[in-house]
Amino acid sequence: MKKSLKLLLAGVASIGLSLGAYAEDYITLASTTSTENSGLFASILPKFEDTTGIQVRVVAVGTGQAFEIARRGDADSLLVHDTAGEKRFVENGFATERADVMYNDFVLIGPADDPANISQAQTAKEAFAAIAAAEAPFASRGDDSGTNRAELRHWKSAGVDPDGDWYRELGSGMGPTLNTAAAMDAYVMSDRATWVAFGNRQNLKLLFEGDKVLFNQYGSLLLSQEKHPHLKGEMALKWHNWLLSEDGQQAITDFRVGGQQLFFPNAK
Amino acid sequence: MENNAFYVALTLLLNLDASLFQIVALSLQVSLLAVLIAALLGFPLGAAVAIWRFPGRGGMIVVLNALMGLPPVVAGLMVYLLLSRAGPLGEWGLLFTPGAMILAQVVLVLPILAALSRQKVEELLGEYREQFVSLGMSKSRMMPTLLWDARFALLTVLLAGFGRASAEVGAVMMVGGNIDGVTRVMTTSIVLETGKGNLPLALGLGMVLLTLVMVINAGAYMVSELSRRRVG
Repeated sequence: MKKSLKLLLAGVASIGLSLGAYAEDYITLASTTSTENSGLFASILPKFEDTTGIQVRVVAVGTGQAFEIARRGDADSLLVHDTAGEKRFVENGFATERADVMYNDFVLIGPADDPANISQAQTAKEAFAAIAAAEAPFASRGDDSGTNRAELRHWKSAGVDPDGDWYRELGSGMGPTLNTAAAMDAYVMSDRATWVAFGNRQNLKLLFEGDKVLFNQYGSLLLSQEKHPHLKGEMALKWHNWLLSEDGQQAITDFRVGGQQLFFPNAK
Repeated sequence: MENNAFYVALTLLLNLDASLFQIVALSLQVSLLAVLIAALLGFPLGAAVAIWRFPGRGGMIVVLNALMGLPPVVAGLMVYLLLSRAGPLGEWGLLFTPGAMILAQVVLVLPILAALSRQKVEELLGEYREQFVSLGMSKSRMMPTLLWDARFALLTVLLAGFGRASAEVGAVMMVGGNIDGVTRVMTTSIVLETGKGNLPLALGLGMVLLTLVMVINAGAYMVSELSRRRVG
């Protein structure tokens, strides 16, 4: 009788555990699709969990939505790539600290025959201007993500107001946008990590890369417990510090896809 | 060969690895629990609306019927705002857990179960009304009798509810967050793999999901056939 009761309790507890909000020690990290889809988290999180025993649960969304999740107090930590937006987030009191963690870069992808001839461009500015001049189809994320925000800055610096039939705002994540671009032979700006790990390229090719302005900085934010006292500040601090530590930075370096390093640590 | 979705689906099923097993188990756990909870609430609600006459009853039927078409992403958004720390039930800390996914699916499935059971029970009531009256049966006694008598039809209603729950992605994505190992289910995995451009894997996962749904439907069909025969 006692044994069966114990078994029953164990059963209930295991259902509770698998469904429950509590489980063991964990933090919720709001981050971007590029870090999740490329496999970075799958590679570095086990190393962090092994050292600290803290599980990191990643909710991967666009940077705009990640800010919103953190603003509402639904994430303990934030790792995104929109430095200007991150600094505003700190100024507005939602985060107490922001630190550079790593960078990768954006690349311009397009149909292999390159109708706008951007592979000959010297700078990103020229490449964007050439796409607009040729009115070649361009697939934009259009979802207020970090990549979308960066893309809009590049149009601005190229002196182009992207508008017209050729400019297609999709309102979707990086992967779906690449899928759509592949289906309509459009140009698209992608972060390198998502592109390298992307499996459905069809006729798409990497056409332009290397300009310093395409640099894509990721930052980690310590969220303010004054705004949201329930946040797991102590564990979030451990995560933040680990990312910036030698171990964390080495784990980022060690992550490769097909032998290629996708993120470059640059914590100060 | 590796690019064939059938081949991928077959390998997935044959080498049922730990992570796929976890995803499948969570999908079933979430959707079955959601349907169970929705049935406990929805069937009595549907029967009550069928049996009792009260002001606003017509409006309620229209609302229940209309809510069958509630877009999952809207249900997800409502539950998200409810469970968010900044929302009224924020203190429960349920957002981005399977509990939140169950709640969202209950919201989606409840109107289907209530609206369809209301219709079935009302049809039966039309047939039995005179008998009930001659027996002097009270309305609250009619409810279990009618629900029991409609059980085979209600099983199909349950399956419709389960289909809605297991097939939707908008709501569970929003309130679950598609967290690896915690809230990742079949449909959100399919969205994720599509995003990565792994189309054969995504389609393969879709076939695994379809197979599962088919097994459950076959099971339900056999149970109802067997008991129908016994009832005669």
